[in-house]
Amino acid sequence: MMNNAPDPPRPATQGPSAAIHAQDLTVVRGPRTVLRDLAFTVPRGRITGLLGPSGCGKSTLLRAIVGTQAKVTGTLDVLGHPAGHPALRTRIGYVTQAPSVYDDLTVRQNLDYFAAILDPGRPAADRRHDHVIRAIADVDLTTHADALAGNLSGGQRSRVSLAVALLGTPELLVLDEPTVGLDPVLRRDLWALFHDIAASRGATLLVSSHVMDEAERCHRLLLMREGELLADDTPDALRTRTGAETVEEAFLHLVDEATAQARSKETSR
Amino acid sequence: MTTTLEPARPRALNPARTTATATRVLRQLTHDPRTIALLLLIPCVMLLLLRYVFDGSPRTFDNIGASLLGIFPLITMFLVTSIATLRERTSGTLERLLAMPLGKADLIAGYALAFGTLAIIQSALATGLALWLLGLDVTGSPWLLLLVALLDALLGTALGLFVSAFAASEFQAVQFMPAVIFPQLLLCGLFTPRDDMHPALEAISDVLPMSYAVDGMNEVLHHTDMTATFLRDALIVAGCALLVLALGAATLRRRTA
Repeated sequence: MMNNAPDPPRPATQGPSAAIHAQDLTVVRGPRTVLRDLAFTVPRGRITGLLGPSGCGKSTLLRAIVGTQAKVTGTLDVLGHPAGHPALRTRIGYVTQAPSVYDDLTVRQNLDYFAAILDPGRPAADRRHDHVIRAIADVDLTTHADALAGNLSGGQRSRVSLAVALLGTPELLVLDEPTVGLDPVLRRDLWALFHDIAASRGATLLVSSHVMDEAERCHRLLLMREGELLADDTPDALRTRTGAETVEEAFLHLVDEATAQARSKETSR
Repeated sequence: MTTTLEPARPRALNPARTTATATRVLRQLTHDPRTIALLLLIPCVMLLLLRYVFDGSPRTFDNIGASLLGIFPLITMFLVTSIATLRERTSGTLERLLAMPLGKADLIAGYALAFGTLAIIQSALATGLALWLLGLDVTGSPWLLLLVALLDALLGTALGLFVSAFAASEFQAVQFMPAVIFPQLLLCGLFTPRDDMHPALEAISDVLPMSYAVDGMNEVLHHTDMTATFLRDALIVAGCALLVLALGAATLRRRTA
């Protein structure tokens, strides 16, 4: 424990119903504080969008949740365990921004390998086979299953990377900009897949994006700017609160508000 | 999330994950037949070249040829492993694997198993060619030559894995080859017996693992039986390989900045 005082009992709403719970979450990279005192809760079984401009710390936050980010302080609980706990490694699917697959293996060979890491052993071979087939179908790459990943287009490779994260039916999917560089049809199909995964498999999705129109497709939103949270709300509530037509306008409104506040603080000093 | 430290859990090797990793590494290679051909043929071509360079002095060919049988697997496995693990680090697949339930030992043992297999084939080809076609005159058993070659390959894999942690690009990784291998090559007794060197250099050569690889090869060259010196040499090379593998494992971090 970083804080030596015992934890206060948590309200029931943040107990098992919350997939992710963060309090005083701070991440330092080199001389920079990339995330500053974040506090938020991600509900289970829903799609939460993490939105903000490039470089605002979205990827760092996702890496902290997955447990690959160093120098994380504060409280960060994921599926009832501290982030990075070994028990979480089979329960979280993670897709990095750049597709992380082996270019010199075929789509199927990539998935076969990662499936064998998640669910090893000969007795599990049939189950693995089914998972691989389903994951390839989920991302609509069945016709390319035997193509080398390195020979696929950028969008196809990022879908292979997504398919790896879908293996083994994870309870939490952490997706870092999964729709960047995809054409509108594919983006629509992927969002349909995300909603299907949340609805039919009961999984929690945390999806980052810097494209604000994707915000409308999420159940909840975390808006970030320069390492701080501007809002943690539903898209509707955000629009109503700021009197804006779109989430993009709401975001800009919040940014202006934050800047004005910072300025008035400085002048009053 | 309360602390940046993870509890250190002693973790046994998971055979299924290890063999899955080894299979994956070998599958990657099968999509790259040119690399396989280069790996297997270059040592043979070098030995062939050496044989006719020393056409007039077969004793010299015996000495250098036997040493080279131990040095080739070390160099090639060093290169292949350092590039392969560097790719794994830069492509993000390492981060993905370490976010999955894969033990570091599984990953390292998987690589060692895959490249060890390749090294056995490479050494068998080179040793066979040297002994039966080029007339390399060895007193001891060819199996012992093969054993040393395999240990050298493991040492090369270990060094490559370790060094890849300090290389930010493939350019740097390739430059580590002369930095790590050449000094050992000069000091291992290949060019001149180690006791003829300046005492300071001899002392350095005493702590470099390649010296023992070459010593071991020379023991097989001159003695019919497995000598105590051979055993010592083989154990030292194996011990070094394990030590460097452990150091390499320490460079695989689940959490990075």
